[in-house]
Amino acid sequence: MGSRIRVGVEDEKGAQRGMPSFNSELPISNSCYTEGNAIDTFHVSDFGAFGQSYRLEDAVDLSGNPDSVFNSLKVSGQTISPGPVRISALDKLPTSLDNSPLTNQTQLYRLRLTKLQSSNLGSGTILSGHTENQEESVMADASPRTDISTDVDTDDKNQRFDQNQSLVAVGSDSSDRSKDKSDQKTLRRLAQNREAARKSRLRKKAYVQQLESSRLKLTQLEQELQRARQQGVFISSSGEQTHSLSGNGAMQFDAEYARWLEEQNRQINELRAAVNSHASDTELRMIVDGILAHYDEIFRLKGVAAKADVFHLLSGMWKTPAERCFLWLGGFRSSELLKLLVSQLEPLTEQQLMGITNLQQSSQQAEDALSQGMEALQQSLAETLSTGAPSSSGSSGNVANYMGQMAMAMGKLGTLEGFIRQADNLRQQTLQQMHRILTTRQSARALLAIHDYFSRLRALSSLWLARPRD
Amino acid sequence: MDRVKDLASKKAAVIFTKSSCYMCHSITQLFYELGASPAVHELDNDVYGREMERALRSLGCNPSVPAVFIGGKFVGSSKDVISLHVDGSLKQMLMAARAIWF
Repeated sequence: MGSRIRVGVEDEKGAQRGMPSFNSELPISNSCYTEGNAIDTFHVSDFGAFGQSYRLEDAVDLSGNPDSVFNSLKVSGQTISPGPVRISALDKLPTSLDNSPLTNQTQLYRLRLTKLQSSNLGSGTILSGHTENQEESVMADASPRTDISTDVDTDDKNQRFDQNQSLVAVGSDSSDRSKDKSDQKTLRRLAQNREAARKSRLRKKAYVQQLESSRLKLTQLEQELQRARQQGVFISSSGEQTHSLSGNGAMQFDAEYARWLEEQNRQINELRAAVNSHASDTELRMIVDGILAHYDEIFRLKGVAAKADVFHLLSGMWKTPAERCFLWLGGFRSSELLKLLVSQLEPLTEQQLMGITNLQQSSQQAEDALSQGMEALQQSLAETLSTGAPSSSGSSGNVANYMGQMAMAMGKLGTLEGFIRQADNLRQQTLQQMHRILTTRQSARALLAIHDYFSRLRALSSLWLARPRD
Repeated sequence: MDRVKDLASKKAAVIFTKSSCYMCHSITQLFYELGASPAVHELDNDVYGREMERALRSLGCNPSVPAVFIGGKFVGSSKDVISLHVDGSLKQMLMAARAIWF
């Protein structure tokens, strides 16, 4: 499993103090260090044991029953204030106990506790918390001892803890000593310790939060890397997290597109098998209809993505480099596709040939019209941003000018989504019209040809990216 | 609405636009490309522009511009026009309305 922590002194007198569960070994697997679940488990099973069999519980300001303690523990980064903690004169003990049988265990425990705390488990503090409780009761009868430094940090907690272990052993010896001397000092010590403990907890909490956010960022980067690898893009810079909203839209679309491609591959394979096995027209029609419906799906997804992040679609970063070369308004050019298909679809009837030619011409005209609209938009946008004649009314006028400019430009950018939408509409309509003109079998061949063309483009991208460079 | 219908009947191909709308620019260009000479009315430069826009919306035109009328009949917005053009219907409508002859 993993490291185990012996937090009690099992065969020592400590056992007689009613801490059997404290002595129980706490299995903490290594995965505990990184995964919250295990830590929670630890809290759940083991702390409960702590709380219950801990005789000193009453003396501890734990706000009642084990359950509430337990719950507050479960909140990450928080630990319980264990109540007044008395730490005194433990300096001497380690030396005196150097040769004691406890030393080994002490050292072992110290090692493990350090490990725990450095990996930021709250449990470490919990244990320390308990230690403090224990100390308090033990110290109640303590004899005069020199005060130890109150510079409490994790190491000190370690020290206190294992010193406390030894205390458990010698506890029975000191139990009959009166608490004459150190009331005042101890009160001050307690206050200082509380303060230091609180600071330590806050530090720990901040550290944990930092770790969590780093982890989150790491997963996001990994996702982005994966997505980019799929597209065959060379990642040279770290992910940009400034606009998480658009980032999410883009990432989400990329993931959806990847899934869509997979499904399309499957469908195309099915179609290919059917065509090669000379399946019936009915069967072919079913598969072809399915593929066309699948195309409808990607256009729908693009519509959603256009709302979330139009620039991502326009950039074509969701496609492979070679495909991007032919990018037009966030996708392929229908007219080009038809030109490629005509030769492959022969033999065509006169009527079909005319139909396909007309379709090609129509889509070309629509593409040109949309392109012109885009150009007008770009020109207008450029004009909006470039008119910056400083107004004579001073700086406030400039600011108003600037903001007015920006507002206008923003409005213009908003129309981009409409263009992508109509471009996709054109693609969708072209595919459907093509299907209407052709027979089922011809449609099947057309869809296969289209898919082969794009998959070759994608393969070309991969080859290109993997080419040896000198 | 009256004004809309009135203007729409004045020519075989009528398009209502806004000067700030670039999609309108596209659709208008398409008509020019087809050889039709549509009458273009910019709503933002018309006194009754706002009411006309409301009237167009009530016809189901969304977005309100570009709004295309052929032979006095409401055809649709950019999405409809593109769809009709792809399946060849647009040309036929234009020919029927004598906006174009071939």
